[in-house]
Amino acid sequence: MRAMVYRGPYKVRVEEKDMPRIEHPNDAIVKVTRAAICGSDLHIYHGMMPDTRVGSTFGHEFVGVVHEVGPSVRNLRPGDRVMVPFNIYCGSCYFCARGLYSNCHNVNPNATAVGGIYGYSHTCGGYDGGQAEYVRVPFADVGPAPIPDWMDEEDAVLLTDALATGYFGAQLGDIAEGDTVVVFGAGPVGLFAAKSSWLMGAGRVIVVDHLEYRLEKARTFAHAETYNFAEHDDIVVDLKKATDHLGADVVIDAVGAEADGNLTQHITAAKLKLQGGSPVALNWAIDSVRKGGTVSVVGAYGPMFSAVKFGDAVNKGLTLRMNQCPVKRQWPRLFEHIRNGYLKPSDIVTHRIPLEHIAEGYHLFSSKLDGCIKTLIVPNNH
Amino acid sequence: MPYTAQKPPRPRTADQLRREIPGWGVDLDPADRPSVPRERTDLDTGAHWDFPERQEERQPRERSIEHKFLPPVFGTSIPLKGLSGKVRRLAYTRYSEARAAHWLLLLAGDRIDAWESHLRSLAGPRPDNPLSETGIPAELHGHGITSRREGRRADLAHQWMDPLVVAGPWVLAVTGAALAVRALWRRRS
Repeated sequence: MRAMVYRGPYKVRVEEKDMPRIEHPNDAIVKVTRAAICGSDLHIYHGMMPDTRVGSTFGHEFVGVVHEVGPSVRNLRPGDRVMVPFNIYCGSCYFCARGLYSNCHNVNPNATAVGGIYGYSHTCGGYDGGQAEYVRVPFADVGPAPIPDWMDEEDAVLLTDALATGYFGAQLGDIAEGDTVVVFGAGPVGLFAAKSSWLMGAGRVIVVDHLEYRLEKARTFAHAETYNFAEHDDIVVDLKKATDHLGADVVIDAVGAEADGNLTQHITAAKLKLQGGSPVALNWAIDSVRKGGTVSVVGAYGPMFSAVKFGDAVNKGLTLRMNQCPVKRQWPRLFEHIRNGYLKPSDIVTHRIPLEHIAEGYHLFSSKLDGCIKTLIVPNNH
Repeated sequence: MPYTAQKPPRPRTADQLRREIPGWGVDLDPADRPSVPRERTDLDTGAHWDFPERQEERQPRERSIEHKFLPPVFGTSIPLKGLSGKVRRLAYTRYSEARAAHWLLLLAGDRIDAWESHLRSLAGPRPDNPLSETGIPAELHGHGITSRREGRRADLAHQWMDPLVVAGPWVLAVTGAALAVRALWRRRS
């Protein structure tokens, strides 16, 4: 089969790889019909995530058709159209039994601090991902779900991570009616977090980024006020002024490990890999939220230490809430919201790229060219 | 204003927001949100086992020393091999996830792996092609220049370093090798 493979930092190509095989009785093999490049894929593409092996196939956002199932699979059959959450999880460990699907303890030998994620390094379990023609899907009775007949495939692929994570980020903020919410990052997750904040009753939603075309999307798609931090000498002070010097009630970090805004932080994290991530957005979140407020973190960070302004978080009495999103818990409600017309996730898709040209897709997304917000990957013969 | 007890006035009332923003307030009740409470034991996950059957370990699988045993299911992509494999194995067998040495060794293994793989590719039928693999041709049809000229972009301060990250180690290695050969040549003559 054809699959994207990582060749070292900033380099990927498409190769012939062996077909994935049933390794466990509850595995399925899924023929991928749509995949996506996620902002967090850029962290592994740039070589920031420890134990990202040359030859690995990335891709944790994908949908497809069941091709084969293992002998213990009860809920799926070959031919079923399925959407697959980015979390790999067993459904029965201590954490899964409590709904913490992203924190499963039975799927990742390489680390206990993180669960299993498709195509996201050996630190996340060493599973190949869905930027390929076929992919192994463990625990087929637990993670994947049939795509409803009425749902567009491109909406479904965005439910496997970006929309679910943005919606989850807004929930972590514990938004109360009338709250002022600031979202750092106008990428897919940030846009969905901003949009979701309104569903939870926010009184104001402010999105901060440095890419004008993404801020334009935040204004039109997410009805948000916007700030371009590159045009402000000190974005924290200006956000304080915008909130009558109180600070926002809730701030969401939807940027993560490669945040811009402080060159030293960015270079030490993204170029020299001496930090788990550049915590610029997180530090701005801590400093721009009001005392007693809540910071929600859904941006992805690596496992190493980062230079976070923890003293300010303590002194301001903040609540810091974070996790990888337990995707499947969000789906029933998000299905309703899509059906009711409150959300149309595929509105943020800007590029559709054949699998064979995936290297150019990564470059477009990494360098933020051509108004790129969300890139879908179309495998051969689709 | 934080100097008095009042919250700043809301720019729009709930009725205005409901009219202007599709779906405003449909998830208003915090208790009725899908991730509330964070931990719930009443969810049907679909699992029909107390502990999953164990996946066959076809070859020795590295694991964090913080695990009691090899978890029942694991990825089988790219087993450890070569010098990078030895470095990575040391990281797993010697250091827990709490130790910086664990992660720094894994990062070192990544860099060694990239070198090993590039060198191996030069000897194989499909050598690495830095032009196509970095996706640089997208600069042409992706409006590389005009995209970077739009607005004020903070990432332009460091994008110029990306080629150095890719090509820098090769330039250093080739320069070092050339200097070594020249030094040897001079010594012999």
